[in-house]
Amino acid sequence: MSVDVDGLTHRYGERVALDGVSFSVRSGEVFALVGPNGGGKTTLFKILSTALTPSSGTARVAGIDVRDDAVRRRIGVVFQAPSLDGKLTVGENLLHHGHLYGLSGAGLRQRIGEELARFGLTDRTGARVEKLSGGLQRRVELAKSLLHRPEVLLLDEPSTGLDPGARRDLWDALRGLKGVTVLLTTHLLEEAERCDRLAILHKGKVVAIGEPMTLRGEIGGDVVTVRSRDARQLADAIREKLGEQAEVVDGTVRLSRDRGHEFVGRLVEAFPQWIESVTVAKPSLEDVFMSKTREVWS
Amino acid sequence: MLAAWTLCRRDVVRFMRQRSRIIGVLGTPLIFWALIGSGFNYMGYLFPGTLIQILLFASIFSTISIIQDRQQGFLQGVLVAPVSRASIVLGKVLGGTAIAMTQGTIFLLLGPLVKVPFSATGWAAALGIMALVGFGLTALGVLLAWRFDSVQGFHAIMNLFLIPLWLLSGAVFPPDKAAPWVKIVMIANPLTYGVDALRRVLGGPALPLPLAASLGIAAAFSVAMFILATAFARRR
Repeated sequence: MSVDVDGLTHRYGERVALDGVSFSVRSGEVFALVGPNGGGKTTLFKILSTALTPSSGTARVAGIDVRDDAVRRRIGVVFQAPSLDGKLTVGENLLHHGHLYGLSGAGLRQRIGEELARFGLTDRTGARVEKLSGGLQRRVELAKSLLHRPEVLLLDEPSTGLDPGARRDLWDALRGLKGVTVLLTTHLLEEAERCDRLAILHKGKVVAIGEPMTLRGEIGGDVVTVRSRDARQLADAIREKLGEQAEVVDGTVRLSRDRGHEFVGRLVEAFPQWIESVTVAKPSLEDVFMSKTREVWS
Repeated sequence: MLAAWTLCRRDVVRFMRQRSRIIGVLGTPLIFWALIGSGFNYMGYLFPGTLIQILLFASIFSTISIIQDRQQGFLQGVLVAPVSRASIVLGKVLGGTAIAMTQGTIFLLLGPLVKVPFSATGWAAALGIMALVGFGLTALGVLLAWRFDSVQGFHAIMNLFLIPLWLLSGAVFPPDKAAPWVKIVMIANPLTYGVDALRRVLGGPALPLPLAASLGIAAAFSVAMFILATAFARRR
């Protein structure tokens, strides 16, 4: 196991940010921590990256407890806010990082050359970081975080502020890493979908963990989404007349049940004048997310 | 040590790439010196005091960079690196001291204009004392800046604490001419002894205590500030 978290709890004064979180990330996996803001993923990220000491429980990264400073050499960290110095060049930033990680001389220069080449940055070596686009800066950040050959790469909301092209580049780079375990936080479910496994953190607890496909399968059935002039009224009517658990999500009526296509017929017959469109789909991660985070509330 | 060196070098490189900072740090004390010094006709007395002010300003500006590093995200990368907090503080303090020394040395070269006598040993001693005081003031700046998350807050501390620290250090007027309570504050102010040591080696009037005592207090202050700043930075 590359990351092993067991009974991890963290409090900020009275507020419990993490409440007995346990999970493991296998070696070489790309793993996502998903959750609403305030769900605890930033706190967990800070603990795993050694920026914060947990109140109780254990977290081991690359086999070393995060309370032990020795763990730092084994992890690469990409924060949400760039940790590059804009006034320095790309090469100087990497040189600086290498020195902080105890690398120097010809060996360091060679590593810098390799990482810059891997991310297509060789011709930018002498460019000041502040002059680069957000996407290029993120690539420099990745090159920097891998310079000391970490076993585990931690990324906090890595695609924040990136345009779709740069986001795709980032994902190609992450999926192309060999022999490095990747753990990232995200609030974008389409991003979590690309990971090998994910955990949903809600109110400081892990409410679901598994492969995206498996989690979607757990919900079962189909998701029927109805667009209507008055979604709230339609949802009430469906609950009353058809006895289905209809809910209003983002201005549409949503319900999940088996054999969705058969239900559509009944629906359209019952409320012909109310319906603008109906879609039937397999549950998405968003549906998983909604159902898992709701269970905890009720 | 490699970590401290690379952090120090980064601060110096950044400084060289931000020309406006050189003017800001050197300009203000020069104007103070010219206006107050010629207004009261004591530019010679004020010379070592201005030199200390330049060190103070340079170290304040370089420690403000800690707050900026924290806001912009650079510092978080350093804090999770396998580097001791003492090395980080040492790198930051050495960088600030190097920048302060560069500017202090430029100002020192103006000394002969106001009849500060040139002597090789005197000036060499002056450079040593400047480095010692600059180190202490930068460490004090790191200590203050570590917990601040806004530059505005730091400015308030600077005006309420750092500027009075300088005003009451014998830099502007000697303690024996001050009101009794001011004199007590001045005697208690560790910066007074850095100013005194510098004034002596540049051929100015001395406080009634041996040079070694002034130097000792100035050195103790620098070491104490460094230890405190490191202890402060250790808390995760």
